[in-house]
Amino acid sequence: MSDWDVSRRGFLQTTALTSGGFAFAQFVDRHGALAAEPEAAPSESAPARQRVTLQVNRTSHELTLDPRTTLLDALREHIGLTGAKKGCDMGACGACTVHLDGKRVVSCLTLAASAEGRRITTIEGLAEGDELHPMQAAFVEHDGFQCGYCTPGQIMSAVALVGEGRAASDDSIREFMSGNLCRCGAYPNIVAAIKSVAGGRA
Amino acid sequence: MYPFTYVRGDDRQAAVALAAEPGTEFLAGGTDMLQLLKDEVRRPRRLVEITSLSGMSEISSGPQGLRLGALARMADVADHPAVRDEYPVISQALLASASPQVRNMATIGGNLLQRTRCAYFRDTAMPCNRREPGSGCSAIDGENRLHAVLGGSDHCIATHASDLAVALVACDAVVVVTGPSGEQRIKLEDLHLLPGETPEKETVLQPGDLITAVEVPPLAFARRSLYRKVRDRASFEFALAAAAVALDIDGGTIRQARVALGGVGTKPWRSHEAEKALTGAKLETASFEKAAAAALAAARPLHQNGFKIILAQRTLIRALLTVGA
Repeated sequence: MSDWDVSRRGFLQTTALTSGGFAFAQFVDRHGALAAEPEAAPSESAPARQRVTLQVNRTSHELTLDPRTTLLDALREHIGLTGAKKGCDMGACGACTVHLDGKRVVSCLTLAASAEGRRITTIEGLAEGDELHPMQAAFVEHDGFQCGYCTPGQIMSAVALVGEGRAASDDSIREFMSGNLCRCGAYPNIVAAIKSVAGGRA
Repeated sequence: MYPFTYVRGDDRQAAVALAAEPGTEFLAGGTDMLQLLKDEVRRPRRLVEITSLSGMSEISSGPQGLRLGALARMADVADHPAVRDEYPVISQALLASASPQVRNMATIGGNLLQRTRCAYFRDTAMPCNRREPGSGCSAIDGENRLHAVLGGSDHCIATHASDLAVALVACDAVVVVTGPSGEQRIKLEDLHLLPGETPEKETVLQPGDLITAVEVPPLAFARRSLYRKVRDRASFEFALAAAAVALDIDGGTIRQARVALGGVGTKPWRSHEAEKALTGAKLETASFEKAAAAALAAARPLHQNGFKIILAQRTLIRALLTVGA
């Protein structure tokens, strides 16, 4: 699966480079997952890069980053963990949800430098070897997704929600999943998946 | 984002001294700052991260009231037993704000200083007096369904977005500020400025001033308080209208009341007019209707937001009916 991911990304990057269209390149740079660095404003020189050490899924990563780099971009573009997704990049969709010291946050509104010294958990860190986390298995079991783009964020949020004790009712699950949007509309099955895990724990 | 350098402050005075220098801003939870940086509405040359500063994250309650460290996260304050039991209006306002992820990140101090959600303020292609003094207000003749009906001027009609500030202003909260000129305490009601002719001046704070805590004085009848928020969707949305209320009831009579409105004012809107109407009044719907009318008496509608005048009155009446029941 991860091999396929890498080759797909490689294909997209090649496509972006060879298409050469200015508008397309701009679009990819500003909105896509392909931007390796934040765009530099014209006539402003980029600031000095800084060393940032991130503890991600119990592994330490020493990075040298532009201070503008968000945690999301550090994970995806510098560490190669592309599970957390870039949706809105403005904190509204939740596709980039990760855990910081066990609490769910949106990594697009977190600077990588701000996450130094904190315990970062991404969707890649949930499974134990080949054994899915119960919430991952529940999303498969209950068909809690369609296209899957929002799913890593949904699952990270759902795991935290159960830990917060907010899974007592369907209404509570819906309210406390409000930071995660699903444009496919898999919400009923997401609620069912979360209920099944919370019920198993009760 | 424009380029900036990043410094982590680990000493309060040093952080204040750095932030007093031109082009420097504090960074705490980052949930509003990162959006403003990405939109290039804010272009600091340096950010001073303050989340490592000690002694600013505690939440405590006692005979002196409630003290919220400015770096306490919204989620932690909302779930604190003393906040839930003694000041439910504060807990409810927080839980009605943003999303669970954002509430785990955003701080109390940052929440009070968040910038308006006016779309013209956040779009650098459009004129906006608040962002660029003298450029004009795009909202007055533009899309203004979400804008303020109270406290606006010919230069700006942007609403203040915080729910927490509305609850806190109803509770007579005070902000504790450390700055280059020492420590001061400012009534939250006096922290934010009306736009008037200088909408770019949003608060009385000066460069380098840092909110270190919010204090809420003892208010026994805040146990009978409530935050009611009405919005375009059920969750994760800013208010069209909101009401923070607390009632001190003696039999069938209202001894004292606290009332503040959100979503309709250019600052967190304490309504002394409504409180005056309620003081000594009978605990009945007619009293609530009079208070609501008094609260909105000075409202000035624009072409799209006139509905807010009725909506805010109904929101307030519903909040009073609920808390008075």
